[in-house]
Amino acid sequence: MVQLTLPKNSRITTGKTWPKPEGATNIRKFQIYRWNPDDGQNPRVDTYFLDMDQCGPMVLDALIKIKNEIDPTLTFRRSCREGICGSCAMNIDGINTLACIYGMDEIKGDVKIYPLPHMPVVKDLIPDLTHFYAQHASIMPWLETKTNRPAKEWKQSIDDRKKLDGLYECVMCASCSTSCPSYWWNGDRYLGPAALLHAYRWIIDSRDEATGERLDELEDPFKLYRCHTIMNCAKTCPKGLNPAKAIAEIKKMMVDRAV
Amino acid sequence: MRYLTDRKRAVGLGAGGSGTQGHWQMMVRSMIMVVITPLFLITFGLGLGGTYEEALAYYSQPIPAIIIALSLIVGLIQLMCEANEAIEDYIHGVKEKLTLVATKAFAYTLIVAGLFALVKLAL
Repeated sequence: MVQLTLPKNSRITTGKTWPKPEGATNIRKFQIYRWNPDDGQNPRVDTYFLDMDQCGPMVLDALIKIKNEIDPTLTFRRSCREGICGSCAMNIDGINTLACIYGMDEIKGDVKIYPLPHMPVVKDLIPDLTHFYAQHASIMPWLETKTNRPAKEWKQSIDDRKKLDGLYECVMCASCSTSCPSYWWNGDRYLGPAALLHAYRWIIDSRDEATGERLDELEDPFKLYRCHTIMNCAKTCPKGLNPAKAIAEIKKMMVDRAV
Repeated sequence: MRYLTDRKRAVGLGAGGSGTQGHWQMMVRSMIMVVITPLFLITFGLGLGGTYEEALAYYSQPIPAIIIALSLIVGLIQLMCEANEAIEDYIHGVKEKLTLVATKAFAYTLIVAGLFALVKLAL
């Protein structure tokens, strides 16, 4: 049965409020989810204040400043700081997005930062993406060929290459899958928007020779058909992609070959 | 569970090999409903407000009777399938199976009861 309330040990409490920076005039309040598996405490929301005149414009800039100057125990993933690696995906102001490309000027009021929803938390803002990555691996994210010709490069027409636009840009940040209610309730069996977008990326690739096998693997009431076209995935994608359209295209291919 | 790899856990027992047929049938029924729902509203609306004898006479005509019968069958089967989707989403395990059986039984009972009432009126 779906769980509508948090278990007792997951209920969020009020955390520590850190002092405001002295002499600052342009102050902004940050409320950040904190949880440490080692201290046995419930998750809490800590409050930090930053002088915005001394801080970069992106949410990740603020997180790095807090970690460097206020609280070194704050834990989060980050790497490229330009929306390419997908590491810093988190829930900011109620939206799953990448902290490095989400400007603080887009947020009204306090900045509220939580880990990606409905995933096990490793620590603070770090979700456990093990299952998410395993699902991605299960869709065979590589070019599958059976023939050995042409012996050198496999050329693609401009039109065939264009079919991959809007698909290959996905950085696997998990913002879409963790915004999908179907994935929340059935994430163990439903592949989720990210894995299905990647599945379509390989299905539609003109050089791939395993289209039938790929569709066979997706022919399942849960793996594919748990998508109810809720469209949260397309709304939240920080790269502006549309996983729901990719899923709809897979369903069309399924119907085409079955009916 | 200790010996399951993450990949195996994600793959599970593999693909069920079904789903497309159900998806297609849902789409077909939806398209039928687009046509049949206005017809049902008009037909049912025209039959309202009369005496018992007038209602008997009205539903003895083939067109109202057929439209009502089709609406009952298609509408309730669609309702049952949508309810099953929701049940599969939110309820798991034994409760899921029992609820699915109850929903099916309820829907088919309603269809049979509705058709029985219609036949009694029409004949």
